[in-house]
Amino acid sequence: MYEVEIRGMASAHALLAGSVLVGSLMPAFTVDNFSVYGTHLVWLFSVSGCVALVSIAVFWLLGVSPPTKKNTLSYKLSRLVRSGVYFLLSCLFFHIVVVLYGAPLLESALETFSLAVLLSTLTTLRCLCMLGPNVQAWIRVFSRDGAMSVWDTSLQITTGCSVVGAWLGAFPIPLDWDRPWQVWPISCSLGATGGFLTGLLAAPIWIRWHRKQLTYKLK
Amino acid sequence: MKSFPVMALLLWLCCVFYVGIFLFVGGFLLVRLEVNRTSTCEDVLPPSSDGTSPDFCSEHPRVRRAVILIIDALKADFARYDPGNPSPRAFENKLPVLGEMVASRGSHSRLYTFRADPPTTTMQRIKGFTTGSLPTFIDVGNNFASSAVLEDNLIHQLGQAGKRVVFMGDDTWVSLFPKKFHRSLPFPSFNVKDLHTVDNGILQNIFPIMDGDDWDVLIAHFLGVDHCGHRFGPDHPAMAEKLTQMDGVIRSVIKQLQNDTLLVVMGDHGMTDTGDHGGESEKETDAALFLYSGSPLFPAPDAQVEPEVVPQTDLVPTLALLLGVPIPYSSLGQVMLPFFPRNSLLDAPVVLSQVEALWINVKQVHRFLETYSSMAKDIPADSLSQLRAKFSKISSKYMSSIHEGVPPPSELVASMQEYLSSVREICRASWARFHPLKMAVGLLVLGFGCILCYVISELSAVVLQGGMLKTPVLAGLLVGGAVGMGQILMLGYVEVSWCLGAAVLFSEALFLWRARRASPRSRPSHWRLLTPPLLVLLLRCASLLSDSYVISEGRVVTFLLFSLSLYIPLQLNWNGLLVPAASADTQKPPGLLAPSLLPSVVRRESSTLLVCTGILVACLYLSLSFHNCREEQGACQPSAFLTPLSRVQDSRLRNLHYVLSLASLSAWAFLLHRWLRHYGNLNCTGVVVFTARCLLPLASVCTGLHWAVSATPEDTFRNLAELISLAHVILPRIVFGLLGLGILLLWLDPLTVFLKTRAPLTSRGASMPLPRYRASTGISPQAELHHLIPQLYQRIRHSLDDEGDKGTDQDGRPAVEAYGLGTVYSAPLVLLCGLMGLGMLLLHSEGMALAFLLLQLQAAALLHLHASSSNLSSQQNHSSVFSVPWAPVVLWSLAASQFFHATGHLPTFPSIQWGAAFVGFPQGHTGTALPALLVTLNTFSSHILFALGCPLLLFWPLVRELRGSRTSQTCGDDNGDEVIMEMRLRENPQQFSSALLQLTARYLFVNGAQVLASVCAAAILRRHLMVWKVFAPKLMFEASAFIVGSMFALIGVALVMRVDTAVARLFQRLLPESSR
Ligand SMILES: [Zn+2]
Ligand SMILES: [Zn+2]
Repeated sequence: MYEVEIRGMASAHALLAGSVLVGSLMPAFTVDNFSVYGTHLVWLFSVSGCVALVSIAVFWLLGVSPPTKKNTLSYKLSRLVRSGVYFLLSCLFFHIVVVLYGAPLLESALETFSLAVLLSTLTTLRCLCMLGPNVQAWIRVFSRDGAMSVWDTSLQITTGCSVVGAWLGAFPIPLDWDRPWQVWPISCSLGATGGFLTGLLAAPIWIRWHRKQLTYKLK
Repeated sequence: MKSFPVMALLLWLCCVFYVGIFLFVGGFLLVRLEVNRTSTCEDVLPPSSDGTSPDFCSEHPRVRRAVILIIDALKADFARYDPGNPSPRAFENKLPVLGEMVASRGSHSRLYTFRADPPTTTMQRIKGFTTGSLPTFIDVGNNFASSAVLEDNLIHQLGQAGKRVVFMGDDTWVSLFPKKFHRSLPFPSFNVKDLHTVDNGILQNIFPIMDGDDWDVLIAHFLGVDHCGHRFGPDHPAMAEKLTQMDGVIRSVIKQLQNDTLLVVMGDHGMTDTGDHGGESEKETDAALFLYSGSPLFPAPDAQVEPEVVPQTDLVPTLALLLGVPIPYSSLGQVMLPFFPRNSLLDAPVVLSQVEALWINVKQVHRFLETYSSMAKDIPADSLSQLRAKFSKISSKYMSSIHEGVPPPSELVASMQEYLSSVREICRASWARFHPLKMAVGLLVLGFGCILCYVISELSAVVLQGGMLKTPVLAGLLVGGAVGMGQILMLGYVEVSWCLGAAVLFSEALFLWRARRASPRSRPSHWRLLTPPLLVLLLRCASLLSDSYVISEGRVVTFLLFSLSLYIPLQLNWNGLLVPAASADTQKPPGLLAPSLLPSVVRRESSTLLVCTGILVACLYLSLSFHNCREEQGACQPSAFLTPLSRVQDSRLRNLHYVLSLASLSAWAFLLHRWLRHYGNLNCTGVVVFTARCLLPLASVCTGLHWAVSATPEDTFRNLAELISLAHVILPRIVFGLLGLGILLLWLDPLTVFLKTRAPLTSRGASMPLPRYRASTGISPQAELHHLIPQLYQRIRHSLDDEGDKGTDQDGRPAVEAYGLGTVYSAPLVLLCGLMGLGMLLLHSEGMALAFLLLQLQAAALLHLHASSSNLSSQQNHSSVFSVPWAPVVLWSLAASQFFHATGHLPTFPSIQWGAAFVGFPQGHTGTALPALLVTLNTFSSHILFALGCPLLLFWPLVRELRGSRTSQTCGDDNGDEVIMEMRLRENPQQFSSALLQLTARYLFVNGAQVLASVCAAAILRRHLMVWKVFAPKLMFEASAFIVGSMFALIGVALVMRVDTAVARLFQRLLPESSR
C-alpha cells in the first residue's frame, strides 16, 4: 500500500545520507589540514550546510510539506521569515539544553552553539520542511498516533535517533582515555550524525516491516 | 491498614541487605588496628654476658649510609638475567647489571625474590616496608582525615637517631611522612600516562646529592616502570626502554657508591601480564630485591643456606639493625640472616651475631604481639597462647646460655626463626587475605535482595494477603541455627557470618519460591523492565564500574536525572496526554474511553508539569555549583560556598554570603509554613501546630544567630569573647533541643486536623441521604460503620472546600469542618523532613543553606511533576489507584545521590566533614557515639531527607487530586466528582498498605541496585589501580548511605502508620455519635 511512498522516501534518505558524506569530504579539497577531529567546526558546519541544502531541496521538490491555503507571495515570505526565526530559536533552545546538560557555560560557547546548529539542522529543519512553522503540528507529530503519513513516521524516527545519538555521544567524555574524539563537542556531534544516519537507514526498513500495522488517519 | 506485615516485610528486606553488605565487606575490607607506640633504644639492648649492655644506638652501625632505590613494580622476572635466552621478550634480560654483580662480586651483592603482601598497591606497600607491618585497606588509627603514617616506622626511627633522610620521587611518600625528611624532592605521581616526569626528576638530582655529604639515607622512588606497565603492559618496547634506563641508573649509582654505603634496589610489588597489580597472585606479589655493598658484607655465596624468597617485611628489621636504629614497634619482619655472621666475632664487638639479632627481633615482635592482642581481639586466642609458650621457651634458653657464657645452641636460631614466621603467618591470616567465599556469598545475598525487592514491589498486594513471610523467616532462622550448631560440633566455635549467610540465603530462596507459586499465572514478559527509568538506573549502576565515572559521579548523576526528568513530559506527549485531546468529532464515544479530562484542566496540568520540569532542571543546573573536588579531578575549583564564613577574608563577601544563607534559611522555613497553612494544617491547637508555628521559626532564628556568631572574626569583639564562646556552645544546642522536642511532639501527636462542629452531629446524620447500598444489601453494623466513613469525609470535605468563602454553603451548614484532613498523612512527614533538614543544615557550612533550599525546591518540583503526570495519565489508565511508577522513584532516589554531591560531599575519606562533630561542642567530646552520629547526619543528610520523604510520592498525587478525575469505587452515584484527597487511602486500606509497601520496596530496590553495583565493582576490579582510592571508598559510602537511608525510610513509613492509627482513633471518636 505504501510501496511507492517507501521507495521515494528511501531515495530521499539516500540523498540525505549522501549529503552527510559530501559534507565530510568536500572541505578536504578546500581547507588545508582538514580532519574531522582537528578542524572539527569546519566539518560540523560543512555537514550542517549540506544536510540543510539537500533536505530543503528534496522536500521542496517532493512537495511533502502541507499545501498552503494562501498562495500569495507575502504569505510565503512571512512563512519563510517565521521558519528562519524558528530555526534560530531552536538553535538557542538546543544550546540551552546542552548547557543545562553540563556543557561549559562560557568557555567553548562557540563549540556548544555549533553543536546546537547541527542538532537543529538534523531535527528542526526537517520539521520545518515537512510541517511548516507550526509548533502545534510538531507537538502532534511526536505522539503515538500523531503521524499522518509515512513521512511523519520517518521524521519521528530520524529526529529521535539524532537526539539519542547526541545523548549517547556525551558518554565517553568523562573517560580518561585521552582520545582526540573525546574533546567537547566532537563525540556529541559525531553521535548526532551517526544517529541521524542510523535513523535514515532505519526509517524505511521499520516502516516496511510494520506496513501492515501502520494506519494513518486522513487529514 | 495492615501495618505489621508491611513493616515486617520491609524490615526483613533491609536485614537481607545489611547481611549481604556485612558479608561482603567482611571478606573484602581487611581491618587492622594501628598501634601508636614507638620503639626506643632501650628496648633493643641485648643483654651481654657480663651484664653491662652496650648502648645500641650510640655504637657505630654496621652500615653508615644507605641508598634505597625503589623501582615501582619491579617484578621478579624483570631482574633475572639469562644470557642463553635467544629471543628475550621486551621485559627479559633488560637489567643485566644485577646478574653481573651477583656473579662477579658474590660477597658484595645478593639478588632475591622479594615477596610483597596483598594488597599490592603502592601506598600500602610503602607503609609495609617502612613499618614492617602488614597494612590493610583500613588501618584504624587516630586520624582518618590525613593519610600520614602514624605507626612507628623506619623513617621515624632514622630521624630519631639523627640520620638525615633525603627523599626524591613518588609524592605519595610526602603525604605519608610529612615533615620527616631532611630534604625531599617529590614529583607528581597521579598521571599514569606520564612515564618520565618522576624518573627524570630523580635522575637530575640523585647524582649531585650522592656526591655531596648532606645525607645518611637516600630514598629514590622511580615510577616509570609501573606506569609503563599500566599503560602498555610488561611486554612492550616501552618497557624494554624503561628497564634499560633503570639498568643504566643502577650502574651509575654503583659506580658512585662509597665503601660504607649499602645499596638496596627493590620493587614494591610485581605486576600481572596486563600490567596491573593490587591482588595476591604470585605475579603481583613477587618483586625483585637487590642488595649491594661497597665493602664485603655477606659471607661467601655457598657458605650457608640462603633463602630464595624474602618477605617484604623482612627488610625493615634488617635495615634497622644494620643502620643502628631500633626496629619499628609494629614490625613483623625477621632479620635477614645472611647479613649477620654466625657467631659474634671477637675483633668486632659491634656486629651482632645471628642469634643476637634474632633475639632483638623476637623480643620486639613479642612486645608488639602483647600490645596488639590487648587492644584487639582478631588474633585467635589459642594461637596466641601457643606463641606465648614458644616465646618463653626461647627466652629461657637464650638467657641461660648468656648466663653460662656459652654460645647459644644453633637450634635456637631455628626455633627463633620458626617463632617469627609463625607470628607473621598468624597475623597475615587475620589481616592480609581476601575471603573470596565470603565476598561471593555477600554478592549472592545482595543480588537476591534486589530480586526480592523487585518481586515484592510487583506483587505487593499478593504478598500482603498471603502472609508469606513467616515460614521463610522461621526456616531461615532454623537453618542458621543448624549451621551454628554444626560449627560448634565440627570446629568448636561459631563464625557468625556463615550462620547469617546461610539463614538469609535460605529464607530468600524460600520466599522467592513461594512468591513464584503465588504469583498470578499470566505473567507479563520481562521486556517491559527495559523502560527508560530502569534503563537510567542501569546506566547509573554501570557507571559505578568505571573509575572515571565514579570520579565525576556528581555530574553523571545530574546528567541522568536531567535526562529522566525530560523523559516524563516527552513520554506524556508521546501518549498524547500532554495536550488536550482533539475535538470531540474524531473521538470515539466517551463511554468507551477512560473519562477524559476537560481541556482546560489538561492545559492547566500540563503547564504545571512544564513549569515543574523547568524548576527541576534549573535546580539541577544550579546544584552543580555546590560540588567539592576530588584530588583526581585536575582542574577543578571547590565551590566557594563550602568555606565556612569565618574563613572568608573579604568582609563584604562574607556579609553577602551571610545574607544569602540567611535568606535561604528563611525561605526554607517560610515555604514549609506556607505549604502547611495552604492545606489548612495550622488551624488546630495540637502540639504539631505548636511545633510548626513556634519551634521551627525559633530554631531558624537560633541557626541564623549561630552563623552570625561563628562568622565574626575572633578579634572584632574582644570584650565579648566570653559571650561569643558561650554562644558557640549554647545556640546550636538550643537548635538541637528545639528540633528534638519538635520531632518528639510530632511523634506523640501527629494529627493536624482541626474539627469544628457547627451543628449537632446527630441531626446531620439524620438529614443525610441514605446510601444506596444500604438498601440493597442487608449489611452488618460493622460494615455499615465502614461505609459510613466516606460519608463523613464528604461532609468534611465539603466544608473544607468552602473554607475560602467562610461558610456560604449550598447544602446548608456542614456538620463538621475539618481543616487539614486532606493532607493528614503528608503534613507530619513534610514537617518532619523540614525539621530534620534544618538540623542537618546546621551541621554544614553556612553556604550550604542555598543547597538545602535547592534541595527543597527540587523535591517539591519532583513531587508536583509526579502528581501532574499521574493526573494526566489518569486519563488513560486508572487500574491501580495508588501505585507509584518507576520514573519518580528513580528520580527521587537519584536526587539523593545528586544532593550528596551538591551539599559538598564526596565518596572519599579525606572529604568527610569532621567539623560537623564540633557544632555545639567546640571543646570536643568524651565519647565517640555523639560525634559519629553528628558526622553521619552531616554526610548522609540528603539520603536521609529523601528517604524520609519517600512516602510523599504516594501522597502527592492525592494532595493535588483533580476534581472528577478518579471515580470513587465504593460509593455510588453522585460521589464521583468528590475530592477527598488523602482520605482515599483510608477508604482502601488494602490498596494503601500494598501501595506503601510497593513504593518502599521500589525505593529500596533502586538504592540496593546501586549498592550491588558498587559491590560488583569492588569485587571485579579488586586488581584495578584505583581500587583502594576510588572503588573501595565508594563501596563504603554507598553501603553506609544505603544503611542510613533504609533506616530513615523505615522511620518515614513508621510515621505514616502512626498517623494512620491516630486517624483511626479520631474517627472512632467521631463516628459512634454520627451513626447513632
Ligand atoms: Zn607500586
Ligand atoms: Zn601501579
